Amino acid sequence: MSDNAISNESSIQERSTLSWLDDKLQQSWKFLLLLIPYAWLLIFFLAPFILVLKVSMAEPAYARPPYTPLWEWAEDGYLTITLIFENFSYLWEDELYYETYLNSVVIAFNSTIMCLLIGYPIAYGIVRSSTSVRNILLLLIILPFWTSFLLRVYAWMGILGQGGELNDILIFLGILDEPHQFLYTQFAVYVGIVYSYLPFMILPLYASLEKLDMTLNEAAADLGAKPITTFLTVTLPLSIPGIVAGSMLVFIPATGEYVIPDLLGGGNVAMIGRQLFNEFGANKDWPVASAVAIALLILLVVPMMIYQHYQAKETEAA
Amino acid sequence: MSKNSKFVTTLMCIGFTFLYIPMVLLVIYSFNDSRFVTVWGGFSTKWYGELLNNQLVIDSAILSLQIAFVTACAAVVLGTMAGIALVRFGKFKGRTLFSGMISAPLVMPEVITGLSLLMLFIALENALGIPERGFWTITIAHITFSMAFVAVIIQARLAGMDESLEEAAMDLGGKPLRVLFDITLPLIAPGMISGWLLAFTMSLDDLVIASFTAGPGANTLPMYIFSKVKTGLRPDINALATLIILTVAIGVFIAGWLMLRQDKQRKVDEQMAAMETTKDEQAA
Repeated sequence: MSDNAISNESSIQERSTLSWLDDKLQQSWKFLLLLIPYAWLLIFFLAPFILVLKVSMAEPAYARPPYTPLWEWAEDGYLTITLIFENFSYLWEDELYYETYLNSVVIAFNSTIMCLLIGYPIAYGIVRSSTSVRNILLLLIILPFWTSFLLRVYAWMGILGQGGELNDILIFLGILDEPHQFLYTQFAVYVGIVYSYLPFMILPLYASLEKLDMTLNEAAADLGAKPITTFLTVTLPLSIPGIVAGSMLVFIPATGEYVIPDLLGGGNVAMIGRQLFNEFGANKDWPVASAVAIALLILLVVPMMIYQHYQAKETEAA
Repeated sequence: MSKNSKFVTTLMCIGFTFLYIPMVLLVIYSFNDSRFVTVWGGFSTKWYGELLNNQLVIDSAILSLQIAFVTACAAVVLGTMAGIALVRFGKFKGRTLFSGMISAPLVMPEVITGLSLLMLFIALENALGIPERGFWTITIAHITFSMAFVAVIIQARLAGMDESLEEAAMDLGGKPLRVLFDITLPLIAPGMISGWLLAFTMSLDDLVIASFTAGPGANTLPMYIFSKVKTGLRPDINALATLIILTVAIGVFIAGWLMLRQDKQRKVDEQMAAMETTKDEQAA
């Protein structure tokens, strides 16, 4: 009897603890829901950049890790902070770096324009296809996203090489007399970037063209506008959000691309992503690698902010 | 109905050919008997056999699949939390920073992400002795960039859904957490599934970030492939590519077919519901 009472009491107590916990959880779930991903990103996304900034101002040293500490407690208790801007002035003065940066931006910019020129008609065509065809075409655009990027770049090594299909076709057509080495040239890097990033251009374009009200085009046509005039004055201006989003999705990662210039450009095409990787891997110069990363980040801050701006606008509009 | 002119159709055909020719060629040459990838020497499946007997390939594939699985699960949890917070919590302190940290990884060059995470891991290793570089450092790095993609997918799905269902459940006395688990999560479940798949494939595909964060011991499948193809073409890599492309193609088409079927079912349901409503109205 008394045993029963005790167990009842304890189970009541247990229940009240549980409900207390439940109440707390009900009150604070919003806080937890935000706190966990926020903390994750602060630790693993933001803090690393601060560290890179720190290392970029250190001196290389034969140590583990191979750079000097920025601050040291001197014996008399004063904190000494040594900031070295040498790594940055090294980048600034070395023509190699300057040219590599410039080359990366030019290649990324031209590739973006080419993606836009190839991608726009495709996105436009998909939007104007019948519903069943449209779904299949969209699936075909998304499919490359899911297959290995590395292996798709590798495929071009075969096509562009001296015994590759491009040479076979050009010789067959009589354009070339003997095989030409297309691999390990700037041309190969362009082909690789445009090919790999084309879906990133097409999908935002498709999204913005799909929202476009087709009755506007019909109205323009009814009022006597030629198709090309309708396109230039109605369709094109209304698809600008898609053009900007797609262009940023191509331009920003392409500027820092490593795999494509390495596999298709060989040593002949200087791009900053490859330079950074080598500075870090082969030369083991972490401070300079960090300075290269910071300089690249500064270069890309404006395009990133444009992208963020449009991204935020899109989400609000939806 | 299709309203495309011949001009647009031609351009589309050229575009799709450009996208698919390289993959088709990869597959064809994986059945090439010759050791020289671009010279046809007759049909053979010997490279597949060689691939399956290569312990290095098997080991790195297993490691990559393990990393991708853990990454996808964690990224879905974190990304869904972030997506819900961004759409449903309105304005809160530090929102700009938060949404910036969600959209920056989408475009951040991989070399920067890789280098900066390595700096963090090394600093932590020096200060605390953990983490040892390998499985977990690669996984943490992959979770960090793929959770951003999941958050964007969830954001898009939630933004297109009005809040009335959740509000109704609250009005009926549902506790906030119950509403979250019984109403919100089932509604965004399709987004969570595609987010999981995207995180899984992105982790499986990543070379640059893994190379920075792997440390000396760990070797993922892309790292193995890269070390092999750096020196030139290799038929066994073509065989590997074919297996990957086939798996993905089958998966994507099954997913597409399921979604299409679900869509049709939903339309039928909606029509039925509409008919019921009219009947009720007539009866009243």
